[in-house]
Amino acid sequence: MRVHLDSEKCQGHNRCYALAPELFDVDDFGQAVLLVEGDVPEELHTKARLAAANCPEYAIKITENS
Amino acid sequence: MTDIIDPATTTATEPQPGFVPPTFGDSPEGTHVWQRVPYNADHYGPVRDFATDFDHADPNYNRNAPEVWKELRDGGCPVAHSDRYGGMWIPITHDTVNEVAYDTENFTSRAVVVSVGRPGDLSLPAPIGGAPPITSDPPFHNMARRLLLPAFAPKMIEPWEPEIKLLCQRLLDEIGEITPGETIIDAAIQYAQNIPVNVIGRMLGFPEQDEELFRKFVHDVIERIAEEPGTRDGMDDLGTYIFAQIQDHRDNPRDDLTNYLMNVEIEGFPVTDEIAGGMIILLLIAGIDTTWSAIGSSLWHLAQHPEDHQRLLDDPEVMTFALEEFLRAYAPVTMARMVAKDVDFHGCPMKKDDWVLLPFPAANRDPLKFEGPDEFIVDREENRHAAFGLGIHRCLGSNLARLELKVAIEEFIKRFPSFELAGDTRWSVGQIRGPRELPIRILEVAN
Repeated sequence: MRVHLDSEKCQGHNRCYALAPELFDVDDFGQAVLLVEGDVPEELHTKARLAAANCPEYAIKITENS
Repeated sequence: MTDIIDPATTTATEPQPGFVPPTFGDSPEGTHVWQRVPYNADHYGPVRDFATDFDHADPNYNRNAPEVWKELRDGGCPVAHSDRYGGMWIPITHDTVNEVAYDTENFTSRAVVVSVGRPGDLSLPAPIGGAPPITSDPPFHNMARRLLLPAFAPKMIEPWEPEIKLLCQRLLDEIGEITPGETIIDAAIQYAQNIPVNVIGRMLGFPEQDEELFRKFVHDVIERIAEEPGTRDGMDDLGTYIFAQIQDHRDNPRDDLTNYLMNVEIEGFPVTDEIAGGMIILLLIAGIDTTWSAIGSSLWHLAQHPEDHQRLLDDPEVMTFALEEFLRAYAPVTMARMVAKDVDFHGCPMKKDDWVLLPFPAANRDPLKFEGPDEFIVDREENRHAAFGLGIHRCLGSNLARLELKVAIEEFIKRFPSFELAGDTRWSVGQIRGPRELPIRILEVAN
């Protein structure tokens, strides 16, 4: 699984940071910063999906490895 | 139109007249003049049909808003209309609200509170507006917003949690002696309304004894929208008050948000008192009745749903999801825009200077976006609610609002493990929806 963050769409709602702090941080302006590069560890898949499903601006996308 | 005040002509060291009460004239076109729209609330009376005669200041609206939205949607009306306030459109589906929020070309933010007065094209002047960045359009919007964002970023707000907790506990202590099963308190007046006003007052470094005054300002600006502009004296008093605070902070600088905003620069120029004052007005007005409404509505819900109350006590972790569900189901804030130029919006012939309401609370109950939108699901896991808006104007204080709401609920239910409604709730009037009087009978007090 991979997580993609579109920083242009992010408006700093901080839902991802609250739900999945292992995957997302926030910068000094409250904008989301993606912490993982490459594959998301298995144990964080649920949190990654949760973060994507709660972003009001649809700024987070998940792609599953087939 | 895109002129920005030339900072070189106005320096932060010399008092700016600023905050002059809006002057009213016949036409707003190409002027700083505000227009008194041809609308007299008395001529219209109570709303006959919300699809064609919408009025969010009708006392029946906030009381029954979810039913109104459902009726409009079921009646196949994605955008309601009204001749009130000089002409107003009300998109109520998530898609149409989202579309307006994102379209800063056709919809301007230079006035965000629908009232009987509309600003002229150059008023205050576009694209800055009277309370930047909420009243600003691109490109100035982003400049002003970036000045404020760091002060309200999560890591700056998190340290306030212990302070807010103490405040809530003090307010609960001050309620005094309680006889379970008998004592009725007003959770809006004795509790909810005091929390945000205290926190923002402290952040700005304003005197604590002025809290009552701040609530009056909020009432005059947000609720008295159908009254004659000249009679809303709180509007002028607010400007005078803020200017006096700026002067006091200039004479006695301290480490607070007011001094921070007086000293920031935009593109290398110091901000004028007018801009700093406008940002302070935004922080003071926008942060008060909004959060107070969210706290009140959440307690109103819990007073009628002991099962959700119990779940929060048994499983405090569920608050992560419950908090967002309170925000979704009882989102307090409806924003507004003005139509920037004539535009056809999904078949609606919108004219320049028409108002457009942005009812984010209605978007939050759109069945196309939310399963069981009128049900409160305390552990709803997928919740893309728009309580803090969508697009570039996302509520600047959302992290603070969330923290205040969470702590206020947690402390209240800890102190009072059981309570119920004890009479009629009085709801606010206008764009901010929440209880203004909320009688609650306390059934149990924690030791």
